[in-house]
Amino acid sequence: MEPRSLVRPAVAVALVAFAFLFIPSIFSLYYVNAWTQVAIWSIVTLGLGVLVGRVGMVSLGQGAVLAMGAWVAARILFATGLPYPVVLLASGLITMVLGTLVGLPALRMSGLYLALITLMLAGAITIVLQNIQFPNGGHGFTGYNGATVHIPPIRRPSIATTDPAFFRYSVIVAVLMFVLVLVHLRGRPGRAWAAIRQSEAAALAGGINTTLYKLWAFALASFITGVAGGLVAGFYHYLNSLTFATSDSITLLAVVLMGGAYSMTGAVVAAFLLKFLQQLLNDWGVSPDWLTILFGIGVLQVLTTAPRGIVEQMPKDIARLARLVRGLFSRPASPQEHES
Amino acid sequence: MIEVSELTVRFGGVLPLDRMSVTFEEGTCGLIGPNGAGKTTFFNVLSGFVKPVSGTVSAFGEDLLAMTHYRRARWGVRRTFQTEQAIEELSVYDNVAMIHENSKATRSSRREDVLGAIEFVKLDVNPNAKVGTLGAAERRLVEVARAVVGKPRLVLLDEPAAGLPDEETAVLSEVIRAIPQHMGALVILVDHDMSLVSSCCEKTAVLDFGKMIASGPTTEVLRDERVMRAYLGTEEVAA
Repeated sequence: MEPRSLVRPAVAVALVAFAFLFIPSIFSLYYVNAWTQVAIWSIVTLGLGVLVGRVGMVSLGQGAVLAMGAWVAARILFATGLPYPVVLLASGLITMVLGTLVGLPALRMSGLYLALITLMLAGAITIVLQNIQFPNGGHGFTGYNGATVHIPPIRRPSIATTDPAFFRYSVIVAVLMFVLVLVHLRGRPGRAWAAIRQSEAAALAGGINTTLYKLWAFALASFITGVAGGLVAGFYHYLNSLTFATSDSITLLAVVLMGGAYSMTGAVVAAFLLKFLQQLLNDWGVSPDWLTILFGIGVLQVLTTAPRGIVEQMPKDIARLARLVRGLFSRPASPQEHES
Repeated sequence: MIEVSELTVRFGGVLPLDRMSVTFEEGTCGLIGPNGAGKTTFFNVLSGFVKPVSGTVSAFGEDLLAMTHYRRARWGVRRTFQTEQAIEELSVYDNVAMIHENSKATRSSRREDVLGAIEFVKLDVNPNAKVGTLGAAERRLVEVARAVVGKPRLVLLDEPAAGLPDEETAVLSEVIRAIPQHMGALVILVDHDMSLVSSCCEKTAVLDFGKMIASGPTTEVLRDERVMRAYLGTEEVAA
């Protein structure tokens, strides 16, 4: 490998290591929790980024997939004493099966129709979850007993019960999920997805089973989103149907487009926009609902001027700014110019 | 050897291929005809994108039409597209490797085969360069490299020289002529550039309005009166 190609991974590793080590001591507990959410939701935005950016399938159902993951994890956490990583793996796998079902329409349709169908499926899932409720320590399949007081909290991993520890735990899980996706992108599925996104005919002519790889993408995105759901369950301690709204799926797509659906860094930027800004506005006493408007403008701006998202636009803008600044200083100070 | 017999394709009331029968024996064979004659439709049938209503295609003794489209690449069908379809997001190496990993060739020979194919098409670029950064002629060659890697048996080239300047067409012509010998594949070349077709193909078949109107040694076919009329656009000659 050329030395230059190592720069970006090195910067990424350094930033993650810095966040892992120092965020809990730099920030107040309130913002540590905000960063925890960024870590968790970066997994969700990464999954959606794979679908939209890599394969070209627009899904508006990933918010509901996250809700399913959280539901499944909460149910297992109440029902068993299994170690947390096992629960995360199980909720990932179960969500993978359910989420792949959500992706089935992608085999027959694309673009607007796929977006619409997945959005309606998300709506349906949200309604089902509202009716069966989120587990609150009850028995039976749903684990819900109607109690509104003395609800036991959903447990966290025994090594990460405090907020700073749970932040670090979430970062480790997120890193593992990013590595899992990276392995896919660098390998055979990544090549197949790139081909499918550009031209299905070329992919088929190249011997790629497009059905298999489309479902694979949904399976991968759903798996990691299910794992993220497991973290969401532990993070909030209590879940209810208000935790997840159908509109979350739309906001998710908006921030993924803004952050940059084509890169893994874009997923982190997207999660930052989605969760950190929300907490920031809360802290400042501004309603986070304003973000919806901001995201709307943001998506418009990104789609018209920087279709590859903030991640790829920022370095260009900074370079342009640097050139401008350099230009200002290196301008020859000739008298004529001052006069004119 | 590819034996096409009574192949008919119907799109509503139109017959892009009308009882087409032809045999491509070996080497590089040309397939020419005016616009809309059915050449690309024929390639689409061989690739499995279009289902014929009747007819058979026997490829080296096997029933090609019975194979699922994506499995045909594994069997050995390769093609390039009229509008070049090298994958922009991937490197040159990955573009070619992708075909190799979906072919019958073994994994252990991948690196050697992929670099060999890139060299074979005389593509002089860094294999790690993204295809999106290459020029039109180079991308065409990437597509041809994709078509010749991993034990191809039937290579379909759909206007590979479209839009290329003469000197680059000359390079491409050399590459195309070398495919049967080096890769052991049968090549079918569709192009409107008659100098390319005559320099590459010993035999040529001519399609017009979905029907085969001539087939045989290229020089004879190009002199055929019916072929000249078809190209000049005079009315169809009753057979």
